[in-house]
Amino acid sequence: MKTDWKPLMQRVSSEMIKSIVVSLWFVFLTFPLMVMKIRPLDQTIEWRWMNLVYVGVGAFFLSFVWRYLMARKERGSEKDEGDSWQKRIGMKIRSDKRISVSGLIGVGIFVLIFPFLFSSYQTSIMITALMYVMLGLGLNIVVGLAGLLDLGYVAFYAVGAYFYALMNHHFGIGFWAALPFAGGLAAVFGILLGFPVLRLKGDYLAIVTLGFGEIIRLILENWNELSYGPSGIAGISRPGFFGFEFTLQQHTVYLFYIMVALVALTTIVVSRLRNSRIGRAWIALREDEVACQAMGIDKTRTKLTAFALGATWAGFVGCIFAAKTTFINPASFTFMESAMILSIVVLGGMGSIVGVMVGALVLILLPEYLRAFSEYRMLAFGASMVIIMVFRPQGIISGIRQRYEFRKQPQQEVSP
Amino acid sequence: MTAPQPVLDVRGLIMDFGGLRALDNINIQVNSGEIVALIGPNGAGKTTFFNCITGLYEPTMGDMIIHTPGKAPVRLNRLKPNVVTENGLARTFQNIRLFQKMTVLENVMVARHCRTKSGIAGAIFRGRKTRREEQEMVEHSYRLLEKVGLDSYVNELAQELPYGAQRRLEIARALATEPILLLLDEPAAGMNPKETHELDQLITRIKEEEGVSILLIEHDMKLVMSISDRIYVLDYGQMIAQGTPREVSENRNVIKAYLGEAFDA
Amino acid sequence: MDYFLELFFGGLTRGSIYALIALGYTMVYGIIQLINFAHGEIYMIGAFTALVVASALSLLGMNGLSLLMLSGVIAMIYSAAYGFTMEKIAYKPLRDAQRLSPLISAIGMSIFLQNYVLLAQTSDFVSFPALIEEFPFMESVTIMRSSELVIVVTTAVATTLLTLFIKFTRMGKAMRAVAQDKTMAMLLGVNVNRVISATFIIGSALAAVGGVLISSHIGQINFYIGFIAGIKAFTAAVLGGIGSIPGAVIGGLVLGWTESFATGYVSSDYEDVFAFGLLVFILIFRPAGILGKTTSEKV
Ligand SMILES: Nc1ncnc2c1ncn2[C@@H]1O[C@H](COP(=O)(O)OP(=O)(O)OP(=O)(O)O)[C@@H](O)[C@H]1O
Ligand SMILES: [Mg+2]
Repeated sequence: MKTDWKPLMQRVSSEMIKSIVVSLWFVFLTFPLMVMKIRPLDQTIEWRWMNLVYVGVGAFFLSFVWRYLMARKERGSEKDEGDSWQKRIGMKIRSDKRISVSGLIGVGIFVLIFPFLFSSYQTSIMITALMYVMLGLGLNIVVGLAGLLDLGYVAFYAVGAYFYALMNHHFGIGFWAALPFAGGLAAVFGILLGFPVLRLKGDYLAIVTLGFGEIIRLILENWNELSYGPSGIAGISRPGFFGFEFTLQQHTVYLFYIMVALVALTTIVVSRLRNSRIGRAWIALREDEVACQAMGIDKTRTKLTAFALGATWAGFVGCIFAAKTTFINPASFTFMESAMILSIVVLGGMGSIVGVMVGALVLILLPEYLRAFSEYRMLAFGASMVIIMVFRPQGIISGIRQRYEFRKQPQQEVSP
Repeated sequence: MTAPQPVLDVRGLIMDFGGLRALDNINIQVNSGEIVALIGPNGAGKTTFFNCITGLYEPTMGDMIIHTPGKAPVRLNRLKPNVVTENGLARTFQNIRLFQKMTVLENVMVARHCRTKSGIAGAIFRGRKTRREEQEMVEHSYRLLEKVGLDSYVNELAQELPYGAQRRLEIARALATEPILLLLDEPAAGMNPKETHELDQLITRIKEEEGVSILLIEHDMKLVMSISDRIYVLDYGQMIAQGTPREVSENRNVIKAYLGEAFDA
Repeated sequence: MDYFLELFFGGLTRGSIYALIALGYTMVYGIIQLINFAHGEIYMIGAFTALVVASALSLLGMNGLSLLMLSGVIAMIYSAAYGFTMEKIAYKPLRDAQRLSPLISAIGMSIFLQNYVLLAQTSDFVSFPALIEEFPFMESVTIMRSSELVIVVTTAVATTLLTLFIKFTRMGKAMRAVAQDKTMAMLLGVNVNRVISATFIIGSALAAVGGVLISSHIGQINFYIGFIAGIKAFTAAVLGGIGSIPGAVIGGLVLGWTESFATGYVSSDYEDVFAFGLLVFILIFRPAGILGKTTSEKV
């Protein structure tokens, strides 16, 4: 069967050649920065030839994967296989109450006994992860639902954190009293900043919000009278519980339950919003601004509500952050923080609640537990943002829209 | 016979893009219960006319007034697009602009936005009023989908619909805003003869059952001639003819505009 | 008066660098309407490449003008190669994607490249050799340093060459055609992919020039310099009118002077706040920029 082998061999060798070319190209590309390194002390150069081999071999194999995925994507655009697979499972879970209820109960029980199963340290990490779930869900309103790319989200986080820190520092105001106002103040900031900038087109909006985020951070860094500058504010009170005195460990457990409750609350609020009149207006705005306006939706107002609501959540989490760490300074509120929250939303799936949860847990927990990996955390964030956009723009889990059932007579139908 | 009641009254409309005058002193009236067509060769300025009256473009000059029965006339100039819609003008788009990632039903529900009011608090607490309003929205939207023959697609994503169905969804969506005047921009574009024929009937039925007047842009002359009460003809931003289908089809200027200068030679 | 002139030339120098980077932003935006968020990183990679190469070459005993030229040219080649590769990986597959996708991809690219350099080199500031030597005839001048003179002159020359290139060469004409109407250009037989690649290559090489010159002037670099410089250069591009080449230069200079005078006369703590403030102000009140023209979206 010579005829069968020849085209295959040709194909293999042509693919090999492609990969070798790519590999050589990346060896060339990374040569100066990966191989040479300056020793600052004696100004000599360290040569790291092994890196060349890693890059060459890595690029060789990755280029196969890349081309394979590319080809699959092109085929996939004709018939959406992966999606329908996921859709079927999603539908199954939704339609079968038993699966979803027992799943929820299982997760609920696990969460409730979590602090007793794991160490205080691990509970603390979990609290952080839950904070990012909340931040992700908040940003998801702005980016995922309303389609407004907000790169300065961390500014509202900072507003919430500094509000509580300052109130606590100057007036001794407690966590629970500050929490709603931290959200409220962040919302006010959202409206104030949003009002002028929301007229801008998508990509300009991104840059302006980034600018605002940086301005707020720089002000916090330099306005010593207000914010105590780079040294920050220390000794912030932890959340109180009817005047009980907790040990540090008990505090962690207590905060964990607070976070669980707040995440549950956020989930309910966001999922209700998503399938409401306002939520549909957000999504419509994301899909087509012109058509959305032509359908009678006030663009500015709708964008502002999304912006303000997203900001509110950042404000809440900011307040929690200050209470958890008991110390804050401007270094916690850099652009990288915004980028991380954004990558949670993007990776998990824009517009999808479960997606954002998965995204947050993966991005926060993975680097914590794979210590060796944590150095490469931001590198992986960046790379995964590109890869997700190229191959799976809807994220790991894509949002599912609400379904409605109708019986034949249109008068007495509807069971959403 | 009572005198015709105007619904839309546009006078002296001028629209300039830099040096290009896309609309030059255009007067168009649509009366209550009429189907009026706006035709003309490519680039004549038809879509631009729609964009001006729906608030997407700000015209250089001219008056645009909408008369809602039982209400004071409203001047449309400088109103935002959503306010124009609230005042009873709804449109479809030449290049389909559906909300692709939303379901068919949701597309229509979005258009109920301006006739409903529950806000953020309503959405979060889901009180009785919100639920009732939501229910009303679903029913109303479903009824409209039945009307345009899309009731079997309610839960599909808009992007998954075939082309002709997408055009009909645009019509249902526009109707959901409860307009008094419906603006259709090339509703038959890309449809086969059978679909076009069904569209013809659909438009007539909508006019009667929903009590709306209709202004439509269309290139399909058979459709235009069969359903319009009156026709306006645009060419290079100028109004070159108007009248009944019969008058227009016999007008020399119109024939020339469509067949080009070659006709003269 | 001397203080004023010092600030003036300081601003001119900064502005020139912003202009060099802004050209890349503006060209890419003009052609594919993408804010190439990672463009600042290309500038940073240019600076790092020059640093490494110059150190290696000076160990071999090279110095003076030849060292500057050779490391500069290698930095340009590498930045161009990175820009080219970046477009192929992160932007080309997204040409027809939803509008936010390429921008998010660009942000990812930016984060990736920053951390790539951080891991491959160092997270600390490293000192950059003064590749531009003091000219003897500048010795008596106090208000301006030799390196500043070199930067300003180089920017002027580079911008002129770029303008001539776009006006008179085949590729330049193709670029203008694609910027005006991509589909039409394609129908007329322009190879759009080649044009886009060329745009990235040229823009990246110019950024490298800026990177090498300013690093040599300031004397130290780290992996983060591209981020701030990138945003500022983007501000410059928007200020001048994004898509316009003279606009990028004017915007760069205006921004450079604003920063220089504001930090000189008002407060140096808020240096970056002035730049970001100007960006926000411009985008809100005149999004089309100084030279750009306002266009309405066709519906
Ligand atoms: N936003 C805009 N900016 C500049 N010129 C525009 C704009 N919108 C429309 N035009 C110009 O106005 C003229 C009329 O365009 P319009 O879209 O109204 O034509 P049309 O009659 O709808 O044609 P078609 O039958 O092809 O849809 C064209 O020359 C078009 O290029
Ligand atoms: Mg048209």
